[in-house]
Amino acid sequence: MASLWQPRTGGLLALAGVVAGLPLILPNAFYYDVAILVGINATVCVGLNLLIGYAGQISLGHAGFFALGAYASAVLTGDHGWPPLAALAAGAAGVGMLSFVLAQPILKLKGHYLAMGTLGLGIIISIVLNQEAGLTGGPDGMPVPSLRALGHTVAGEHAWYALVGLVLIVSVWLTLNLIDSPVGRALQAVHGSESAAALTGVDVIRYKVLVFVVSAVLASLAGSLFAHYAGFITPAEASFARSIELVTMVVLGGMASTFGAVVGAAVLTILPQALTAFQDFKMLVFGAVLMGTMIFLRKGLVPTLAGLIRNRMRSGRA
Amino acid sequence: MTLLRVENLSKSFGPTPAIEDLSFAISLGTIHSIIGPNGAGKTTLFNLISGLYRPTSGTIWFDDADITALPPHRRARCGLSRTFQNLQIFLNLSALDNVMVGYHLACDGRFLPSLLRLPSVVRRDRDYRERAVALMRFVGLEAFVDAAADAMPYGALKRLELARALAVQPKMLLLDEPAAGLNPKETAELDFLIQQIAAQGITVVLVEHDMRLVWSVSNHILVLDHGRKLTEGTGWEIRHNEDVVAAYLGEGGRHR
Ligand SMILES: Nc1ncnc2c1ncn2[C@@H]1O[C@H](COP(=O)(O)OP(=O)(O)OP(=O)(O)O)[C@@H](O)[C@H]1O
Ligand SMILES: [Mg+2]
Repeated sequence: MASLWQPRTGGLLALAGVVAGLPLILPNAFYYDVAILVGINATVCVGLNLLIGYAGQISLGHAGFFALGAYASAVLTGDHGWPPLAALAAGAAGVGMLSFVLAQPILKLKGHYLAMGTLGLGIIISIVLNQEAGLTGGPDGMPVPSLRALGHTVAGEHAWYALVGLVLIVSVWLTLNLIDSPVGRALQAVHGSESAAALTGVDVIRYKVLVFVVSAVLASLAGSLFAHYAGFITPAEASFARSIELVTMVVLGGMASTFGAVVGAAVLTILPQALTAFQDFKMLVFGAVLMGTMIFLRKGLVPTLAGLIRNRMRSGRA
Repeated sequence: MTLLRVENLSKSFGPTPAIEDLSFAISLGTIHSIIGPNGAGKTTLFNLISGLYRPTSGTIWFDDADITALPPHRRARCGLSRTFQNLQIFLNLSALDNVMVGYHLACDGRFLPSLLRLPSVVRRDRDYRERAVALMRFVGLEAFVDAAADAMPYGALKRLELARALAVQPKMLLLDEPAAGLNPKETAELDFLIQQIAAQGITVVLVEHDMRLVWSVSNHILVLDHGRKLTEGTGWEIRHNEDVVAAYLGEGGRHR
């Protein structure tokens, strides 16, 4: 019974329940579209939260990795006729290698410098995607063929919803495994005190690089899925604004809470859709949410709520 | 047998060196204290030995290997462990997980086995969790096994650092002012703990201002002043050294 309260059992079960149950109440294709975008953003945020929430590092350039995955899929399947899964894997491998090479110098930076370093990386990726018009179509963007695998084409909102839901559940499951493991403890130790972590034998740089690469690869995979789902992508996917969106989702949901990352992604994906009038002020809303969270809800939505419930239960028992 | 040897070690931050041309050795199985006035360079010396600082010049030998150029995590692997004068607790983890991080080298820190939660990882984690609980009991933290580190009082956090440092299963344990902020009863318990740790064969190096504790546990004492060695010897020799009394102890310290 008590073990059902563990994130890896009860939490995962709850997430699977929500993903499975949602189609019963989603009235039409528009809602499915929002749900699919939630799933894609949530997958990125679960990985980004490993980096920001657990390991205590920051990235203001993760939209760059998302876009690289998207463009790898678009270019390799569209212009070169690769099978989509091979393109997706190649994109992930390329982003993995790029982030691995860049992580060494970037992660030696701390605090503001790390933020600036990753910010610069995101901007460079965005510029390249805009400038290499021969390859990427430039600012106008490029079309992406549909996702075909094992002789089937993923088409229609139901199929996409199922695929994205499955990817999210698997990502959350693997992430929860990682957090409650020697690797996860090492990452959190690096966050808590780099000196103390190093003196218990944790190779601080190695684990920082590892978590950076893992979060970048997950962003790339989500980007590939997004490209096939949307059918058309532009360099806006790599924009600074998009990176800030992702960080805001993690911070609002709750740093160092995997389900927080999912909830944050859900809230901030749905909000602009629900309040279409906000579209023009989207960045303003995100800025306000970020500030409001930092001032009034330091721990973020899910950890704050979990704390309230725990206190309520404790005082109920006493 | 010599476990640690420091040769002509120097470290400067600015114009005046914090450690200057310091040489000494620590034998296996002893409790070795390092004393000296504030700013003498004791913590700097610990930072040099544990690898957080690189020396300006000089060599550090540990267990017959030159560790001068090794990064801190490799020194932990060699058998060095420490606590901090300014607590360095993982406040984002539970008390028990703080100790579990101490067992990092003993657990399986590879990515894929952890990601897939292989049974071997789970089994080893479970074994070490039991040992971590036992260590917490050993240092007197049985009441805090399920606590979050950020909810623990100062005295308990000092013990938690000790438990974490012991989990590294070190040959040598560096303690930087473990009695600071403790009341006399807690200090007496610490005295007993240090002796028990030494009895397990762990060489203890103690930086401490509480002279009662120093006199009680030390086999050997090194006196630092302005980054230089003032003298070293047994407790009796130090207590009767006029230079030490003048520079640090004062007439009262001799008898405390
Ligand atoms: N990171 C640093 N940067 C600059 N100066 C430093 C640094 N660390 C130590 N120092 C200087 O080195 C000298 C020795 O400091 P240290 O902390 O080693 O003394 P200590 O013997 O541990 O003193 P205390 O008993 O107060 O803990 C001091 O003058 C201190 O200001
Ligand atoms: Mg000191």
